[in-house]
Amino acid sequence: MGMTLAEKILARASGREKVAPDEIVVASIDLAMSHENADLVRKSFLEIGAPRVWDPERIVIILDHRVPAESERTAATHKAIREFVHSQGIRHFYDVGRGGICHQVLAENGHVLPGMVVVGTDSHTTTHGAFGAFATGIGATEMAGVWAEGHLWFKVPATLRILVQGEFPPWVSAKDLILHIIGRLGADGADYRAVEFDGPAVRTMTVASRMVLANLSMEMGAKVAFTPVDDTLLEYLEARTGRTIPDSPDFAPDPDAAYERVIEVNVSREVTEPQIACPHSVDNVRPLSEVRGTPVDQAVVGSCTNGRLEDLAIAAEIVRGRRVHPRTRLLVIPASQQILLEAIRLGYVQALIEAGAMINPPGCGPCVGVHQGILAAGEVCISSTNRNFVGRMGSKDSMVYLASPAVVAASAIAGEIAHPEEIVGEEVA
Amino acid sequence: MSQFKLRGRVAARLGDNIDTDLIYPGRFLNITDREKTAEHLFELAYPELRARIRPGDFLVAGKNFGCGSSREQATAAVKYAGVGALIAASFARIFFRNSINLGLPVVVSPEAAGALAEGDEVEVDLIGGSVTRLETGEVFRAAPLDPRAAELLAAGGLVPFLKKKYAGRGWGA
Repeated sequence: MGMTLAEKILARASGREKVAPDEIVVASIDLAMSHENADLVRKSFLEIGAPRVWDPERIVIILDHRVPAESERTAATHKAIREFVHSQGIRHFYDVGRGGICHQVLAENGHVLPGMVVVGTDSHTTTHGAFGAFATGIGATEMAGVWAEGHLWFKVPATLRILVQGEFPPWVSAKDLILHIIGRLGADGADYRAVEFDGPAVRTMTVASRMVLANLSMEMGAKVAFTPVDDTLLEYLEARTGRTIPDSPDFAPDPDAAYERVIEVNVSREVTEPQIACPHSVDNVRPLSEVRGTPVDQAVVGSCTNGRLEDLAIAAEIVRGRRVHPRTRLLVIPASQQILLEAIRLGYVQALIEAGAMINPPGCGPCVGVHQGILAAGEVCISSTNRNFVGRMGSKDSMVYLASPAVVAASAIAGEIAHPEEIVGEEVA
Repeated sequence: MSQFKLRGRVAARLGDNIDTDLIYPGRFLNITDREKTAEHLFELAYPELRARIRPGDFLVAGKNFGCGSSREQATAAVKYAGVGALIAASFARIFFRNSINLGLPVVVSPEAAGALAEGDEVEVDLIGGSVTRLETGEVFRAAPLDPRAAELLAAGGLVPFLKKKYAGRGWGA
């Protein structure tokens, strides 16, 4: 019997021939990422009393949740992190203005390679399964242990294999596909499991879109979520690292691997229109046609889920030459400085600003409910982000609908939840 | 009573999919003093609940408790509000690990989660894997704690556990 990709990577990282689900292994860590909660990690690390971090080259710290500092308390946190990073010789530190959202920064700087074990003090660390890495979120104290020891125990997860057949219908994106899957499996449908996405529809996707699948798999509880390591990915990595990454059987599951369950999704037949996660849970998914016409006060394009260049491109295309509806505001938050720069160069930023959008600095923006677009009681937001929990983006009496960037941009123009085709079908004023 | 057998009163019963934003809102994440996090436990969703928790009380919840963010403050807030143990049908994985790492006893028992009521006096056996309703003597099965998790819990969490190992080798030593 062969191994799934999760099993292969954990076997390699724990020095074993073979591992099977439910075994406990101690795996060496290839990369340890933190954002502002590095301050919490730092405190636990100092309490533990280890003399130095195990390997400063394998630690990456990126400020993104509250950039630039929105309060004195956060400023003190940032300051403490800077001092710690300096004292420990941690070179991979992305300060305000140098990076963006942690998951995007790791990706675009070529930090993550296939076969790695990556831990991050952020639940959406699953994103890096799009690079063939066993990547998962952990808490701050656990990370302090990693900083001290360089290894961590894992229970080997069982794997769900999700095969996506068919072709994407017009206006159906990676976001719509994964929302459909989460709606089908539920908020704990992949709890404690590894997920492997594959199939012809996945292999035609861009790396940015694959990151959407891996990222949002967290919202059905996945421990890790992979998309295939193929030429598309290896070319992306070559461009980011400046070196050739040879493909290897270590980066793919064995053909005779044992799966807990294999699920088939036909995107042409099952996801015929954009999908919306309605308040207040990510698995409360309905087709767009059921919620079309819901008035929206705020529309947000951004986040580690959907703040990449292709997301800004589609938003810009939809709003170009049009105006954001008078009772709605559109916030656009590029996921990184690099993306913002590209979006300026390609004219997306101009199109968005001319339509009446506000461009926020690269970072998590209002997604975590801290700053830059907090909702008042009774307000409704449509957002390309990843969570719509009660109070997630502000008042506990606000409502967040999650959708693709195209639907968000179209809704901003219409002032209500709208299908992009009804906007682009209209003549530009 | 060993440290793996705990008694407490059920202070409240919560539903399924209680997420980390309900437990501890994102706006307070820049609080890094663990004890202070307790002041914001359930602040947006169940503001009245915190006042009902007496030291050592248990909370009971449905499935997937703690889903969402990796924020450790959610676990810290539950612990430092005085909760002696959490009993749930299931826990989201990061929350579960955070609880063990911070020394907060967590009990997986779909049976107990379905049956227990507010005000019940309960005994949990973390190693044996059971939850007993003391008034009636009913015993509900629970998942026995993994030996590695038990070792961490016995030490009071990951920090005290590792602290022993590094004693005398750390800063200024």
